[in-house]
Amino acid sequence: MKKLLKHHETYLVIIIVILSAVITSRNANFFTAENMFDLLKSNSFYGIMAIGVLFVLISGGIDISFPATATVAEYIMAVVIINMGGNIVVAVLIAVVVGSILGFVNGLLVYNFRIPSIITTIATMNIYYGLLTFITGGKWIYSLPDWFRSFAQIRLLTFYNADGAAYGLSIVTFIWLLVVLAAVFILRFTLLGRGIYAAGGDRKAAVRAGINVFFTETFVYTFMGFLAGLAGVVQALLVQTVAPNSIVGKELDVIAMVVLGGASLAGGKGSVTGTLLGVALLAILQNGLTLMAVPPVWYEFFVGVVILVSIGFSSLQAKKKSGNTSVIELSLEEAAE
Amino acid sequence: MKTLLTKMNNEMKILSLILLLTFALMSVLSPSHFLRLETFQGMAFQLPELGLLSLAMMITMLTGGINLSIIATANISAIFSAMILVANVNPDVPASGDAGFIILAILTALAVSAVIGLFNGVLISIINIPPILATLGTMKLLQGLAFIITKGYVISGMPNAIRFIGNGTIAAVPFPLLIFALFAAIMSVYLNHTSTGFNIFMYGSNPIASFFSGTSNTKVIIQTYVMSGLYCGAAALVMMSRFNSAKAGYGESYLLVTILAAVLGGVKSEGGFGQVSGLVLSLVILQIISNGLNLLGVSSFMTIAIWGLIMIAAMVIHFLVEKRTRLKLSRMS
Repeated sequence: MKKLLKHHETYLVIIIVILSAVITSRNANFFTAENMFDLLKSNSFYGIMAIGVLFVLISGGIDISFPATATVAEYIMAVVIINMGGNIVVAVLIAVVVGSILGFVNGLLVYNFRIPSIITTIATMNIYYGLLTFITGGKWIYSLPDWFRSFAQIRLLTFYNADGAAYGLSIVTFIWLLVVLAAVFILRFTLLGRGIYAAGGDRKAAVRAGINVFFTETFVYTFMGFLAGLAGVVQALLVQTVAPNSIVGKELDVIAMVVLGGASLAGGKGSVTGTLLGVALLAILQNGLTLMAVPPVWYEFFVGVVILVSIGFSSLQAKKKSGNTSVIELSLEEAAE
Repeated sequence: MKTLLTKMNNEMKILSLILLLTFALMSVLSPSHFLRLETFQGMAFQLPELGLLSLAMMITMLTGGINLSIIATANISAIFSAMILVANVNPDVPASGDAGFIILAILTALAVSAVIGLFNGVLISIINIPPILATLGTMKLLQGLAFIITKGYVISGMPNAIRFIGNGTIAAVPFPLLIFALFAAIMSVYLNHTSTGFNIFMYGSNPIASFFSGTSNTKVIIQTYVMSGLYCGAAALVMMSRFNSAKAGYGESYLLVTILAAVLGGVKSEGGFGQVSGLVLSLVILQIISNGLNLLGVSSFMTIAIWGLIMIAAMVIHFLVEKRTRLKLSRMS
């Protein structure tokens, strides 16, 4: 299985290299440090949420509600820091606490009532989003404090381009990097991480092996909520406005990124590296289409093509490998789900 | 089999009870507005498009799959159909060839949606992509295609015959409701009285058993998604007629509501269980609640939140009822 995973990731790298070569040949601005740092900054929002989705998918579930969670956390954070002041630490704390609570609710519902996670999170998404828009009246927030604005401008590394304009490694990218490191640590080096893989691979076997499935299951949804809250702050830092409807609807895009990265919807499979490559693929695709002056209406179409071609390719490989028994393996995977 | 029957009955009982309760609640809360012929007629005009889309969703859920591309399928079918109509038929100047073009447009909508269903079916059964991803990809593809074709503009100006599909009445009964009744009946017969229907249930509850019983699982999946596509095509015609236009992005909020309707109606998302009658009851309940809340002046966003709560409540009740039946069964044996 590890070999297959490795294959999948090398295959992704090849697609990304080809795509990058095509884009660079059409517009040399693509392959510059400035554009790369810019991509890393503007996609950190997706990157952080993708890590959370990865955890949920590995555990064998799915979460549709995280953009709603992120929006609620972002909105509450904005209201509090505008009315009561504070600093960036307070802002982040508020958002992640709110996010974690909402995620925890998902986890409890999924674990206690054995409601399929897709149904649970569609329902909670409606509740979170519906209540938020109802209470706030869908009002946008523009007047974020100055310190919040200036925090977003911080760069850890600064370079200057030919025109003298500054660019470099943004603090936002750094937050994403921390999340990635934490994710690798949890998945690779902790009992919890192995438990998540085990519960996603075969729930019954995991229970018999003594893994606390209640803990792993509530953890992944709470962690998803935590990261959604953090992503909410990052989104606010990036665009400096808070709109109740700006994130909702992105859920399937993020899930697609993670699945492109090799995570399986049946659970038990997926890696942080793969997820990063999945995020990179869709980010580069969008950036490339813009740089090649392709009208934005084509973006959605190409995303569909990329999803179907790359997932189709790996699914077909898997089917060929297992030959005629694939129907059984597939359904065993489904049963595990 | 016997336990299966009693369970279905239980489900219908619960749903009927909820229906009566919501009806009574609305009648008490807002008698002057709710208990009027116009209200019911209004509901009867709104229900069919959601109903047809829910049927399209339901049949895929019976196989343990899902079809996220239903709305996009309906929109693209409507766009192709509307393009034929707008190019060839002038709604203000009736001509002799109109009927032919109108029939052509209707057939185009159904054919386009069936081809998309076939595409989904092939992706899922032959290429082996999980349904949620295959249909997600198709959804993006079709949404993109719809924008590319229309450039985001509305294609409007439908001839009267088309407008009748969504807005006409026959003896005070809205025509779309008749279409929905017909399609619901066809679906019910298809699922319960044909061998394909039987295979769909069997595949949904146990694909391995279905494989070893000699059924072609590939064929079952393809038939399921083609059928799902066809129902999107029917929904496309009703939507196109009611909006008097076609456009990329119409009715996107319906997607999750169709899943809600199916789940509330007793369709199991793991597959294998669900009846058209349950779905129809749950659609009526949802329609009464949304209309009722609207009449009471509740914000539409609050309604969304309430739908979420109902969905969770329904699943929790399901869980508890199932637990009790299981306890009873274990005691009996």
